[in-house]
Amino acid sequence: MIKTFGQTQVEVNDEGYLNDFSQWTQEIGTEIAKEQEIDMTDKHWEVIDYIQDKYKNEEPLSIRGIKKSGVINIKEFYNLFPGGPLKKSTMIAGIPKPKSCI
Amino acid sequence: MATKVKKMLFILSKATIENVYAAFVMANGARMEGIDADIFFTFFGLEAVQKKKLNNLHVATVGNPAMHIPTMIGGLPGMEALATKMMKKEMEKLDMPPVDEFLEILSDSGCGLWACKLAVDMFHLEEKDLIDDLDGILTIGDFYNKADIEGTQILFI
Repeated sequence: MIKTFGQTQVEVNDEGYLNDFSQWTQEIGTEIAKEQEIDMTDKHWEVIDYIQDKYKNEEPLSIRGIKKSGVINIKEFYNLFPGGPLKKSTMIAGIPKPKSCI
Repeated sequence: MATKVKKMLFILSKATIENVYAAFVMANGARMEGIDADIFFTFFGLEAVQKKKLNNLHVATVGNPAMHIPTMIGGLPGMEALATKMMKKEMEKLDMPPVDEFLEILSDSGCGLWACKLAVDMFHLEEKDLIDDLDGILTIGDFYNKADIEGTQILFI
């Protein structure tokens, strides 16, 4: 599926996750966040940076990992990305939805 | 969100590690999907929220055919502890948190943690015996009242 963000066209899957992380830009992230009714702040971007680093290093993401990250605690994480924090933050970060059950 | 499940209410009545983790993983999974979750700890399930007991829960080695240990051997002293140790090692590999940390994660995620009043009375427990993150002690009627939105499911474990 092709989706247009501003001037850019990117490929996304059925759920709206980018198929190719290399197509991601901060503008695209901001647009995806808007669709999820999230206004991005510096704190949001800090979390997105952390998530993208984990992805680049091929480390699995989990809520426990977030707890240990030192970037954000779980309560804040839920507040910043309401309605499924890891699901939404990975979508904004342009990486695949985590497959883990924890 | 596509799912029609909006709220999960879990009643945890057992204290074997496999049952406790089933409840915790499902409750955490619900919160991660944006679904509300509450857990009601009753009867033996209360052990999972007792400060002194929660980190010493065991897997059941007797009467559990899926353990593939003959029942007579499963009943030998130390077998439960050994099987539990092995299982905890495997869980750690999957980055599954220990019980105390899991409760903390659930509480921080907005999952309600409730103790059953009848069971608390029956086991002669006081609030100080229970974890600080506990949201309160309820009757089953109070807990049913938490099923207050369309798409609520109640699950007995």
